[in-house]
Amino acid sequence: MDAPDQIFVLLKHAVVSWFPTPVQPWISAVLSIGAILAVYPMIFALTTVIERKALGRIQNRPGPNRVGPAGFLQFAADGIKSLTKEDIVPRAADSVVHFLAPLVVVVPPLLALAVLPVGRNMVALDLPETGLLFFLMVGTAVELGVFMAGWSSHNKYSLLGAMRAIAQLLSYELPLLLSTVSVVMLTGSLSLNAIIGHQSEVHAGVLLGWNVFTPWGAAGAVLFFIAALAEANRSPFDLPEAESEIVAGYFTEYSGFKFALFFLGEYLGLFAVSGLGITLFLGGWLPPLTVLSWVPSWLWFFGKLAVLMGIFIWLRGTLPRLRMDQLMRFAWQFLLPMSLINLLVAALWQYSTPWPHLLRWLPAAILFGIPYLLYHRAFLRQHPPRTYRYAS
Amino acid sequence: MNPAAAPRTFEVRPSPDAADPVHDGSLLEVSLGPQHPSTHGVFRMDVVLDGETVVKLKPVFGYLHRNHEKIAENTSYLGSMPYTDRLDYFCSLTSNWAYALTVERLAGLQVPERAEYLRVITAELTRLQNHAAVCGFLLQDMGALGTPLMYAFRERERILDLFESLTGARMMCNYMRFGGCRCDTPPGWLEQARSVVTGFGAFLDEFEALLSSNEILLGRTQGIGILPRELAINAGISGPMARASGVAYDIRKVDRYGIYDQFEFRVPLGDHGDVFDRYMIRALEMRESLRILGAALQRIPAGPVIDPKAKLRGFRPKPGESYGRIESPKGELGFYLISDGGPNPWRYRIRPPSFINLTILEDLCLGRSVADAVVILGSVDIVLGEVDR
Repeated sequence: MDAPDQIFVLLKHAVVSWFPTPVQPWISAVLSIGAILAVYPMIFALTTVIERKALGRIQNRPGPNRVGPAGFLQFAADGIKSLTKEDIVPRAADSVVHFLAPLVVVVPPLLALAVLPVGRNMVALDLPETGLLFFLMVGTAVELGVFMAGWSSHNKYSLLGAMRAIAQLLSYELPLLLSTVSVVMLTGSLSLNAIIGHQSEVHAGVLLGWNVFTPWGAAGAVLFFIAALAEANRSPFDLPEAESEIVAGYFTEYSGFKFALFFLGEYLGLFAVSGLGITLFLGGWLPPLTVLSWVPSWLWFFGKLAVLMGIFIWLRGTLPRLRMDQLMRFAWQFLLPMSLINLLVAALWQYSTPWPHLLRWLPAAILFGIPYLLYHRAFLRQHPPRTYRYAS
Repeated sequence: MNPAAAPRTFEVRPSPDAADPVHDGSLLEVSLGPQHPSTHGVFRMDVVLDGETVVKLKPVFGYLHRNHEKIAENTSYLGSMPYTDRLDYFCSLTSNWAYALTVERLAGLQVPERAEYLRVITAELTRLQNHAAVCGFLLQDMGALGTPLMYAFRERERILDLFESLTGARMMCNYMRFGGCRCDTPPGWLEQARSVVTGFGAFLDEFEALLSSNEILLGRTQGIGILPRELAINAGISGPMARASGVAYDIRKVDRYGIYDQFEFRVPLGDHGDVFDRYMIRALEMRESLRILGAALQRIPAGPVIDPKAKLRGFRPKPGESYGRIESPKGELGFYLISDGGPNPWRYRIRPPSFINLTILEDLCLGRSVADAVVILGSVDIVLGEVDR
């Protein structure tokens, strides 16, 4: 057991051992909760700054660069500003529900983050039987908070945003769940630690067996992250808060720190669902190659999270938004069939274990390739290339 | 207890018209604007929604009305020139030109050739920056978070820099005079303009490569907001919007005002009349403008920029009337003037293209969703300074 890898685990054990035995489980729990409450909001703060700077670069402008070194203290300024702003509750609003909604949006992602293993022996709440199930159940609770916000505000834009949010979140829940099912099928366990353990077998001496290196894992990861973007209300699926259409969607009537809480909840949800994707498909805290195993495991997890955040920021800066009916059609007519096919591909992969490696990829290529080409042809038939004439 | 702070209950009152679906709660009436992120200024759309489908849409404008036409009837002819900047504040130079053209017809003034070239150059530069910005705003309305808009604005800045060094102002140029232009180009301006025009072609290639085949953009714009050819003609639609519906109508070709008959350029036409065609027509028109600019910057002759006989002070055209129109980036921009021989026009009337193009908004939006209505409005290309005057 090398020190940098286990430094946080050893630190926690040391602190816990100072206390008398009866209170030790409580101290341990408080430390774990404290770590989650400290680390993820800190990452959120950094992400907001990096996102604004990256979007600025994408758009030919510098982004925030005034507060602190290179603008990196912008999050502190934003936080102070949102704390000192007047908290306006519309008179017509249902004030209790209006107050509770931001909390209901923030708490579930924090609960979900508790079961994610962020490093070797580093998981706040290890649920050996039901880890994945707990995560998905808790994640669904966010929808309630979003609807509470939209309904209680007594605002038409909020209502439209809440209606969009419910339709979108419920629809994308399905492909999200189905793409995780293939992992559960092949691992045979709902425990997130067992899923990571299953990916740790070494192939060809150097490469680790991340699920994403298999056909069902690669397809599952793509489906999962598309659905995850929609679940987290990120561009190009940010319809519930589409600024150019319904102003700010379900949180139009929120100001001050409640408004900031919605952002916090949204980003925590994004971290949670990305962390789940990392755990399921990208090997969790495992390195890709055996020679890289000297790097601490928690660095791998957070490094992968950072890369995914970078990709999400990039998408946000470059893609226009879908329309509601297109969004629903994409979920029900493309993602759902594809994730069902993925289950079949995963089963075939399992039963073709004795086959030569390349031959095992063949059924997957056929099963994914043909529907994809059909979808592509249907799109081209709907949107044929246009030519333009000139007046004589 | 303060009565304002007392808890208030809200109940559903009996509807004044029980048959009205808005009042029985099955339809939702939303007022989009005048403060809304994508109504392009203080414009309001009163929409009635069934779910998210628009069943009724009433464009409401007038929030920016500032009595321009009446003020102009009480001001000297030249005094109105700076006001025309504020009509379409994206394209002040074309508004200047339309007004100058009308007064020149009224007073029978001649324009020196160099001034005509400068007018064509500035008008086509205006068209470039307007169309680029409109395409960017359209993508912004589609939710592209401003990236295409910032790309377009980077090029627009270069053109505005040219305007600034030529006229002293970036947007409110106030450059044209009756019988010519206010001042000649500063040294090196033409070379700078040439390099901007060369760079704009590369920008256009990049912009189109990034956007014109994007699946989301195709899905959001093709078949949306279709304007039939007949309706376009009947409603008096002009500019890129009419041409996207297949109406071959470009005042530069129809009237051949100024010196447009000396330039080679084509008029692109669309066959579908939807939002995508309006976007593509603007992209193609920018390429034609680049051809005009290339030729004009090469052939511009030396000479005076204003008719030395044109009077700036005590300008009193003889009694009569005139209508002058030009192809502004948004469509047919016309000025109608009646002179009674006095120092100010007896009647001053503007035909603003974006006002008339806006009148058919409901026909385009009915049956589409809110998201489409916003995109359709973006494709109409309005500037409220011109709509409300």
